[in-house]
Amino acid sequence: MNQQVSQPEAPHVAFRDLSVRYGAKQALERVTLDVPRHSIFGIIGPANSGKTTLLKCINRTVDFATGVKLSGQVLVDGDDVLKMRNLYALRRRIGMVFPLPVGLPLSVYDNVAYAPRMAGVTNRDELDTLVETCLRQAALWEEVKDRMSLLGTKLSGGQQQRLTIARALSHRPEILCLDEFSIAVDPVTTMKIEDVLVELKEKVTIILVTNLVQQAHRLADHVAFLNNSKLVEVGTTRHMFSETPREQLTFDYVRGHFG
Amino acid sequence: MADAAALAAGAMTDHADTRFSAGPVERRKRTVERIAATLLGVVTCSLVLPLAGIMGVLLTKAWPALSWSFLTQNPQDYMTAGGIWAPLVGTFYLVFISLAVAAPIGIMAGVYLNEYASDNWGTRIVNMAVVNLAGVPSIVHALFGVGAFVLFAGMGRSVLAASCTLAIMTLPVIISSTREALAAVPQSFREACWNMGASRWQTIRTIVLPNAISGILTGVILQVSRAAGETAPILFTGAVFYVATPETGLEAYLPYGLWDRCMALSYHLFTITTQVSGASEELSYATAVVLIGLVISVNLLSIGFRAYLRGRKRW
Repeated sequence: MNQQVSQPEAPHVAFRDLSVRYGAKQALERVTLDVPRHSIFGIIGPANSGKTTLLKCINRTVDFATGVKLSGQVLVDGDDVLKMRNLYALRRRIGMVFPLPVGLPLSVYDNVAYAPRMAGVTNRDELDTLVETCLRQAALWEEVKDRMSLLGTKLSGGQQQRLTIARALSHRPEILCLDEFSIAVDPVTTMKIEDVLVELKEKVTIILVTNLVQQAHRLADHVAFLNNSKLVEVGTTRHMFSETPREQLTFDYVRGHFG
Repeated sequence: MADAAALAAGAMTDHADTRFSAGPVERRKRTVERIAATLLGVVTCSLVLPLAGIMGVLLTKAWPALSWSFLTQNPQDYMTAGGIWAPLVGTFYLVFISLAVAAPIGIMAGVYLNEYASDNWGTRIVNMAVVNLAGVPSIVHALFGVGAFVLFAGMGRSVLAASCTLAIMTLPVIISSTREALAAVPQSFREACWNMGASRWQTIRTIVLPNAISGILTGVILQVSRAAGETAPILFTGAVFYVATPETGLEAYLPYGLWDRCMALSYHLFTITTQVSGASEELSYATAVVLIGLVISVNLLSIGFRAYLRGRKRW
């Protein structure tokens, strides 16, 4: 651990001059950012500022939108994601959680075992262990351990969101992207999941998009502030939340004087 | 005491009046509402009349001829007597083989169009072709069948040629209903799977198809009634005036090879009504009852199937 902290390392994920357009709408404009390995990287900013698009570029799900135009680079471990041909290999390394919970119409167990199975894991013991670990990490295990065969879609909204998180962890990603994961989750559970994230960052790089500025303050090591498709400022959390960030806009936003 | 109670009641009434008394606008709204609901309701209910009328006339006229042996006997005495065994078996063959051809092709095409094809001009042309194919009159399908299957493909007039013609006719509807069933599966399920690194085919196989199969099958089953009822497409391609089939033994159920010609209910109804002199009216009506009974029971089956699967809906 110490070695990792003391050695300056190449960024895990790096955006270089990334611009994204959806048809006529500019979603991101020349964003350049470094996400350090094994840390929590917070992304804050008002609605429509391009936070979600940024995440979708990392695993190329941005491609699903129609009329999307990308330029620049998104480097994961130095490889340009925008040039990759086999996206399955890329997406296996990245866990994604979006704001609205999606329970697949499968049992709770099959929901979590889905990604490993699709990646070829068939050993029942291995799957059992994996499912339990992921559900524990998502703070859902205690609530569902006796009803693993229940349909995932029949869980409550908050439980489905934690199921989504468990699924995102199920293929052992090295990068975990969370887009406002706490929107459908109660405060107590949110705290539990936040604790898990702090634990996870030992092994995983976490990118956390959040509307809750305080959540970014609590969790993130670095914070980037996006506004109006552009990167306003990026820095350590202490710097961004200090009395003297570089930009006045940052100061206003983190203190809620904005908009 | 009584005064006080009356006062209280009066006060209550006054109070209610000021809050809920209907002005002229509200009164008119209520009247118009009643008229609209009644009118629309009556029109809707009157839709039952044609069906009830058809069934009533058919059943009363056909009643004397209907019996079990009517179903299990071949037509006799130059089709002026006997039953409908041969055309019944023929219709089953045509329906079964045409769907065996159309269903796999239609479902595969529907899956491709809904799950893989991107929105470009090529896809739009295919879409337009499917929509227009559905609008082609059945007699035109018949002529196409003669050209393509009977002559060009060298099938001759046969069960196979007639079935293929019916298959072309049912294909566009099967494609459309497949696409509709697939589109009813929420997009978020697919995206969740793709986000986990599942391929499109894995997603289709594990999530999309299992949840769309009910709708797809309903669409296919509904085409049974269409294939059974159409006369024109089989007229030139394989249906014949008369070919008896055995009534007992295995041969009764397997009388046709793919290259044989066959009788069919819809065509049989046409011939005994217009081409055979001396056939009793009851025979025509009884044939019609069997045909319509077949169609209605298949439709009911599909409705029941759909209701059953809706009960098992998983989200």
